[in-house]
Amino acid sequence: MSAVVGKPGWKSVSRAGLILEAGNAAEYETGDWRTQRPIWHEGRCIQCYRCWVYCPDGAIVIKDGKVSGIDYVHCKGCGVCVSECPTKDPALELITESEAIES
Amino acid sequence: MTGNEAVAFALKQIDPDVIAAYPITPQTDIVQYFSSFVADGAVKTEFVTVESEHSAMSATVGAAAAGARAMTATAANGLALMWEILYIAASNRLPIVMPVVNRALSGPINIHCDHSDTMGARDSGWIQLYSENAQEAYDNMFQALRIAEHPDVLLPVMVCLDGFIISHALENLVVNEDELVKNFIGAYKPQYPLLDVDNPVTVGPIDMYDFYFEHKRQQSEAMKNAQEVILAVAREYEQKTGRSYGLFEEYRMDDAEVAVLVMSSAAGTAKAAVDELREQGHKVGLVKLRVFRPFPHEKLAGALQHLKALAVMDRAESFSTMGGPLFNEVRSALYGAGGGPLVRDFIFGLGGRDIGVAEIVEIFKKTLETAAAGKVDEMVCYLGVRE
Repeated sequence: MSAVVGKPGWKSVSRAGLILEAGNAAEYETGDWRTQRPIWHEGRCIQCYRCWVYCPDGAIVIKDGKVSGIDYVHCKGCGVCVSECPTKDPALELITESEAIES
Repeated sequence: MTGNEAVAFALKQIDPDVIAAYPITPQTDIVQYFSSFVADGAVKTEFVTVESEHSAMSATVGAAAAGARAMTATAANGLALMWEILYIAASNRLPIVMPVVNRALSGPINIHCDHSDTMGARDSGWIQLYSENAQEAYDNMFQALRIAEHPDVLLPVMVCLDGFIISHALENLVVNEDELVKNFIGAYKPQYPLLDVDNPVTVGPIDMYDFYFEHKRQQSEAMKNAQEVILAVAREYEQKTGRSYGLFEEYRMDDAEVAVLVMSSAAGTAKAAVDELREQGHKVGLVKLRVFRPFPHEKLAGALQHLKALAVMDRAESFSTMGGPLFNEVRSALYGAGGGPLVRDFIFGLGGRDIGVAEIVEIFKKTLETAAAGKVDEMVCYLGVRE
């Protein structure tokens, strides 16, 4: 039940789920949908930005013009970045969430 | 006017922004008459001819979300084809008004009256008003609009009238002046229209386990609020027209010991049966339910409490093996209310099977026997079915 505790009640949520503000996708934390996660290896990354281009959630973090990690609060674990990564020794690999918890 | 003409005339006086509709017997006349108003330039309505009822309700939902006063009309299998979108209209809180000309839902295929179509849609989140005659169908149209658009409600409303019996029968009725209708319904001011480009809004986004339940709870509250709004709108309508409406009508109920509860056109026939039995000295009465959703359980239980026995007349079968939908709601409203009458169910009139005064007198006689015996021997009867 942790996903529902502390969220607004029926008297204060917008009617019928209407979204009254534009550009609010960042407020919706979709990371808990994930069953697998991409792991980024900085040393193997060639900074081609393909993962950034293809990520459907804007979850590839760019800092000072360079790929610098993954936003796990929003990453749904679709794996598109991993399949697009062109390096021979992949800079992105996919592991399950249970593997991530164990490691 | 026929019932369908009366409803089409009400639509003309309302002059909605959008009507999207598909013809189906016995609703066809409504759309046909209305299309001639459009062709003659008597209304400003954008009339959308669609390829199915699923599309009719979808287009109506889209128009309502855009901020239009949007309507459609249907019956039976057409209503069934709208099913998915009925729920979407209600859960998006769109104040759509839809006349439904009650017809048996197949099969075997049948075009005549019963309530199996709208009874099936009873849990879709729509308010349901049932009309005894053409006058009530006409009057309900304007009231439905005010109820639907009330800020404490914002739910779609079905205005139900009996197929052929009311939709195609000629009756005298009193119509309102155009100016009265205009003042009564007022201008529609949608709160979050999609077409307000300066204030963009997303309608109908995905609603997961963390918020869906809260929005359903809002819908329940809106339906609860509807009861008082229905009464307030009826009071205002009576002030303007002199014709009075409520949640249900009580006929010769004050000292009644046995009563029949029924909806729609059969109530008119039942009044004649009550008069006949009263002349013979029987203390009988009638309750005609107008509002099925929200179900006025407390007020209804209060009105029925003093009876010894009650017969509910269901023009639909629920296949629960314990009676029709109206019976189950009424008996549930009485259960736990303390005391109350013995309750029997009479399923009648399916597929347009005619019901006359003699049949309803028979129902009263059986229910008078139940009152005398102090127990219910046969809970559910199928009236007039050949063995």
